Amino acid sequence: MTERLFEGADWDFHTLQRITDACEEVALKDLGLDVYPNQIEVITAEQMLDAYSSVGMPLFYKHWSFGKQFAYHEASYRKGLMGLAYEIVINSSPCISYLMEENTATMQTLVIAHAAFGHNHFFKNNYLFKQWTDAEGILDYLDFAKNYVMQCEERYGRIEVERTLDAAHALMSHGIDRYPGKKTLDLREEEKRAGRRRQHEEEVFNDLWRTVPAGKSKTRSAISLERRRKLLGLPQENLLYFLEKSAPRLAPWQRELLRIVRHIAQYFYPQSQTKVMNEGTATYVHYRIMTQLHQQGRISDGNFLEFLGSHTNVVFQPEFDDPRFSGFNPYALGFAMMQDIERIVTNPADEDREWFPDIAGKNDVMGVLRDVWANYRDESFIGQFLSPRLMRHLRMFHLHDDPEERAGIRVDAIHDERGFRRVRRELARQHDVGYIDANIEVVDVDLAGDRRLILHHRVIKGSQLNETDAKRVLQHLADLWTYDVALIEVDANDKVLREYVVSPRPIAAAVA
Amino acid sequence: MAIHIIDRRLNPGGKSLENRQRFLRRAKSLVQGAVKKTSQERDIKDVLEGGEVTIPLDGMHEPRFRREGGTRDMVLPGNKKFIEGDYLQRSGQGSAKDSGPGEGDSEDAFRFVLSRDEFVDLFLDDLELPDLAKRKIAQTESEGIQRAGYTTSGSPANISVSRTVKLALARRIALKRPRKDEVEELEAAIEACTDEEERAELVARLEKLKAKTKRIPFIDPLDIRYRRYEKVPRPVAQAVMFCLMDVSGSMSEHMKDLAKRFYMLLYVFLKRRYKHVEIVFIRHTDRAEEVDEQTFFYGPASGGTLVSSALQAMHEIVRERFSPADWNIYAAQASDGDNSYSDGELTGLLLTEKILPVCQFFAYLEVGESGGSAFDLSDSSLWTLYERLRNSGAPLSMRKVSERSEIFPVFHDLFQRRETAQEKAAP
Repeated sequence: MTERLFEGADWDFHTLQRITDACEEVALKDLGLDVYPNQIEVITAEQMLDAYSSVGMPLFYKHWSFGKQFAYHEASYRKGLMGLAYEIVINSSPCISYLMEENTATMQTLVIAHAAFGHNHFFKNNYLFKQWTDAEGILDYLDFAKNYVMQCEERYGRIEVERTLDAAHALMSHGIDRYPGKKTLDLREEEKRAGRRRQHEEEVFNDLWRTVPAGKSKTRSAISLERRRKLLGLPQENLLYFLEKSAPRLAPWQRELLRIVRHIAQYFYPQSQTKVMNEGTATYVHYRIMTQLHQQGRISDGNFLEFLGSHTNVVFQPEFDDPRFSGFNPYALGFAMMQDIERIVTNPADEDREWFPDIAGKNDVMGVLRDVWANYRDESFIGQFLSPRLMRHLRMFHLHDDPEERAGIRVDAIHDERGFRRVRRELARQHDVGYIDANIEVVDVDLAGDRRLILHHRVIKGSQLNETDAKRVLQHLADLWTYDVALIEVDANDKVLREYVVSPRPIAAAVA
Repeated sequence: MAIHIIDRRLNPGGKSLENRQRFLRRAKSLVQGAVKKTSQERDIKDVLEGGEVTIPLDGMHEPRFRREGGTRDMVLPGNKKFIEGDYLQRSGQGSAKDSGPGEGDSEDAFRFVLSRDEFVDLFLDDLELPDLAKRKIAQTESEGIQRAGYTTSGSPANISVSRTVKLALARRIALKRPRKDEVEELEAAIEACTDEEERAELVARLEKLKAKTKRIPFIDPLDIRYRRYEKVPRPVAQAVMFCLMDVSGSMSEHMKDLAKRFYMLLYVFLKRRYKHVEIVFIRHTDRAEEVDEQTFFYGPASGGTLVSSALQAMHEIVRERFSPADWNIYAAQASDGDNSYSDGELTGLLLTEKILPVCQFFAYLEVGESGGSAFDLSDSSLWTLYERLRNSGAPLSMRKVSERSEIFPVFHDLFQRRETAQEKAAP
């Protein structure tokens, strides 16, 4: 029998090394994972709280909203309302995993298997991460961002910088490119180019914003709508990008701040699209590794039971009428789907052969899973791989709530032959970020007139913007644009449902 | 593949401290309001203990484009009895809410914990010691010594060796004083030389060198530098606080409690500004004595009332133990306003001649019974006396208090930051 990795709950750094080596062996040899080099760091609860308040990143620029997060987390942690995560893992190369010092040896093994191999593999291989994030460059870029913000504060004052960042944060969810551009992001190069770019742009004169009258003939022939749109790159759904490039009166450093916020939003974009897959992958990997280690006799029965206890908690899915229910648990759904794929690949039923002819009975579990992990995001993953059997098992049903409908909420489909496809399509849609976020675009700028910026919100299924929040965000937007901003909510038939117009605040008043 | 395992536990914590301070600064007015409200509900003893405060979230809200309303579709797990086409009642249990886990943003109020320092800072933020600038020049400074460059004269104990040697070296190089190895080299050459004529020439050169060495000393008195010290005025960083209280029979427990609260606030406030704060308790009836805190507030006493006795005692203590040159002196007197008629003259004289000139600040707090509004009553003998003094220009602060809840506002009012330091507003 192989030697145990550890006995009991205690661990030291030597144990961690042994655990990591053992996990690595299983991960690379048995599961065929492909990971970034690992860096494992042990931290205290307080440091974990720190990390929580800077969106999990080890370094970040300073902003009051992170302080608010911290105060909030600290208060609820102290009162025992909230437990802390066992780990935080960062999509960087080397891949950094933070482990809490309080974890027992079993938990450390679980966490290393989960984060350092499961998440790590996903980060390195999933197409979204490959396309949108730059794992090698992120930490350097964050360092650059932190210093840049600090320098700006020294040079232009804390309040000025804070105001710009507040505005940028409000627009953060609309600072993302949703479709791949010409090339992937290289954050290191980005950092180097930042200075040069500013210099260049300051030197280049943008004829669009000419204010000097240029003779009658020219002013009268207003630029045609098409030409104008082309010059400004409209329509544009990335509001931060648009402001950075086209806002007439921003200082160069403000544009750079918008760019920083935009890049960071973009960095997190794949994570928000792959919650189910990412957690499912990591959970599946830790489950496989732990089971393997137990079978090899490297983890004792007692410790394995401890693991099963935590694992079961993690993948617990309350039912809809349970008070604990708060939507689908991505760990539970992801893990269930991964296991289901394993079953389909190795031991399919007739139904599975019909639904999944490509993978049913293929027998190469890891080959199929690695392919899935690399090439899907939550929406497409659920849309293709949620099996009838799992829908039956979780007893999924689809509710359609139309406020116009007097009779109440309609059960639109359930887990039966007629409903499988509809339930699956609807669940996939719920995980489509493009569908969840409001669809807002810059459509035009009134160049000839008062330079009013015009945005459209294309309303889907009658769901309009929350009024107070929308006004506040638009206020921020107008402050950056420095002229009026109009937001028009239109439905699918171009019928105008509502119109907001906001004027920029004078600088002094905007501080409040 | 190399795996790095790093112990970060020893890294300095508090990485979020700055963000936290930014948050507090931004929420300042809100937090301040919350702090004041919280402190009113607390005992004065732990009024400054820090702790949880709740602020309305509104001012700290981070807006986002959020959608709401419209038709909603959701897929849920755990179907038990529904079949396609069923209708569920809206208000019933059947309709699950699809709210995510609360991020605090969905709450109306935001709760968090302030540390003791943060609490005190906010509590006393807009308060200021009165009239400090004016007296600083006169009384609140002592002299300290500070290094200030070099000088060419001074005591041998203060010779700066490194500076002296540096200057000597510069001088030797400038005047081309022969180096030791130069001389040694020449001597060796003479030793080795066989040719008489050349030898004589070398010897002559050696002599010349030696003479030059003698002429140019290794260290010249000109090189010597002394460390120079300067005397600088240094503000006194210690304060003494005199608590004077009338403990005659007319003072009720309630009145003493009011006084105590005021003293506490004053103490905490002084503690923020000075490193050392001493407290002297003087209680008086018709005679005064210095007592410890316990006796001061709770010890039984009886007799008539002679305010001058307390002032006299304070004056003596100041003379013996607290030289105004070394101490910032603060005094707060609490009384129900009774005083022997015959004592008025003496009290006034002691106050204006002896006490006020050495004090940074003298506050008189007239405490009344709970319920009875102090402002309706006719002015007490002490109040009348002090008011007269103040009107003739004595730097006195005076307030009337009869309710616990008034203590902080009064205190706040006394020490509020003012553009003109003039202390005029009297009820």
